[in-house]
Amino acid sequence: MKKLYLLDDAIISPLGFSTEENIKAIREGRSGLKRQQKPEITENSFYAGIIDESPLNDDFKAIGNPKKYTKLEKMMLLAVQQVLNKNPNLNLAETALVVTTTKGNINLLKDPGNFPEIRIKLSELGKVIADFFGFAQTPIIVSNACISGGLGLAVARRLGSIGKIKNAFVVGGDLVSDFVVSGFNSFQALSQEACKPFSNDRNGISLGEAAAAMLVSIDKPESSGNIALIGDATVNDANHISGPSRTGEGLYQSIQKALKETSISAAEIDFLSAHGTATIYNDEMESIAFHRSALQDTPLHSLKGYYGHTLGASALIESIITKHSMLKNYLYSSKNFGELGVSKSLNIIQQNEEKEINYGLKTASGFGGCNLALVLKKE
Amino acid sequence: MQKDFSIKDWVKIKDGKISNSKNEIFNSSEKNLDVFLKSVYDFLELKYPKFHKMDGLSKLGILGTEILFRENSFSTDTALIFSNNSSSLETDRQFQESTKTFASPALFVYTLPNIILGEISIKFKLQSENAFFIAESFNAELLKNYSESLLTSGKTSEVLCGWLNLENGEYDVFLCLISSEINIPFSEESLKNLYFAEND
Repeated sequence: MKKLYLLDDAIISPLGFSTEENIKAIREGRSGLKRQQKPEITENSFYAGIIDESPLNDDFKAIGNPKKYTKLEKMMLLAVQQVLNKNPNLNLAETALVVTTTKGNINLLKDPGNFPEIRIKLSELGKVIADFFGFAQTPIIVSNACISGGLGLAVARRLGSIGKIKNAFVVGGDLVSDFVVSGFNSFQALSQEACKPFSNDRNGISLGEAAAAMLVSIDKPESSGNIALIGDATVNDANHISGPSRTGEGLYQSIQKALKETSISAAEIDFLSAHGTATIYNDEMESIAFHRSALQDTPLHSLKGYYGHTLGASALIESIITKHSMLKNYLYSSKNFGELGVSKSLNIIQQNEEKEINYGLKTASGFGGCNLALVLKKE
Repeated sequence: MQKDFSIKDWVKIKDGKISNSKNEIFNSSEKNLDVFLKSVYDFLELKYPKFHKMDGLSKLGILGTEILFRENSFSTDTALIFSNNSSSLETDRQFQESTKTFASPALFVYTLPNIILGEISIKFKLQSENAFFIAESFNAELLKNYSESLLTSGKTSEVLCGWLNLENGEYDVFLCLISSEINIPFSEESLKNLYFAEND
């Protein structure tokens, strides 16, 4: 398998409308999570990271009419535009478009507004993005629960390895819709406080909305200081559709397979970007899988305390932050971590610190029993 | 080294008819989806109580896979590469309806298209690669390319790939088992020919 080089990127989230603003917020320990009330869904308040639509519209006016696009579309289009601004000579006719989302414009199901019914379809979301910029190839849309964003990168690498893709945009996005709030609330999975990944007082997830875009290429850039995806794997737990495996089997196997594709061992991983949703069972499962993988001493964080769970965008955003972490040789702390609350010891990053990072590992897990591992290398 | 792969077998479920590479397996004029699915379940003498709690999309996927895996040997690392147009929209609508009274967690679980990949993995004990793609229509090129990338890189030795769509009670299922065993050549062309062919 060839390497996939991670080039320019953009993140649109409550933490800011560029990767730089997002990283600044993380470095300063700021969170996008705020207390929310939705009495029509739940009597309890909960925390979520929601993008204020008025600054979003202000920014969007520079590239299009805000009334013609849904909130999610505007977020995703802005993310792509930022990356295009840095790459004005990119030939979009030869650039693939990979879109990752779990629910897309699902909020239109309840309130379609002025949008046609078909706009709810994920294939339409791909089309809107492709048509806006003039991508000529049919968009590849990945909807594989909460690993989607990272799987999008693996899809680009896999298709690139057999010569079907040279450059690709991987674009991920999801909203905090009433649909998903109702769903996670019905599961009693929403934390009443901002989520606390891996902590002993964690009590469920916080949702977040965000979009991200990343330009990737099979060709090695001429400049030095690049991050490449050198190993990837997904493995299903074959255990339960809505609960993680007790033994962390699928995640463990994903990590083993992704490492096997590289020539490195777990001991050489300098930093681990975990999924860390802050549900009791997910974080416990991850600790078991990491322990089985001999990663218990590897510094790790979860970014959910900053963003909440951004579903189909999360693993892409977390890969982007990992990339910058590696380039800056800087570890960002795991927000809202108190005391370890999982059965296996882990090395949770409690304070930002400088550290040389040559190899990074990104993992994610999701409903349907899916798991993903990506190995990143600095070159 | 370039290896050649073959379509070992395939199954189609559409308009009450079920067929595979050898013959027609089942034919019914039943228009109600739930009744049709139950009649196929009974016909196959499938003893799998979990089936009854699944949504329509998952039931269709389990039935199609069951038919393929009964007649063909398969490896536990068989990758699952599925696609459709409607995602889980059929169940999304039902869940949305439930939120008017009590949001149903049992429905919410099925509001992701890749849940069927988990259901298949559980039933057939596959701990393997998964990907669910959404496309406007049957995208033979992507299925072929992505399958081939997993097979040639050694990430998997076999692939179960295809189309699994359900919207407004209308279903369209076409699943293929891909391996290095000699049979129908695995190409974009043969996928298209099989998908678009009318059942005799």
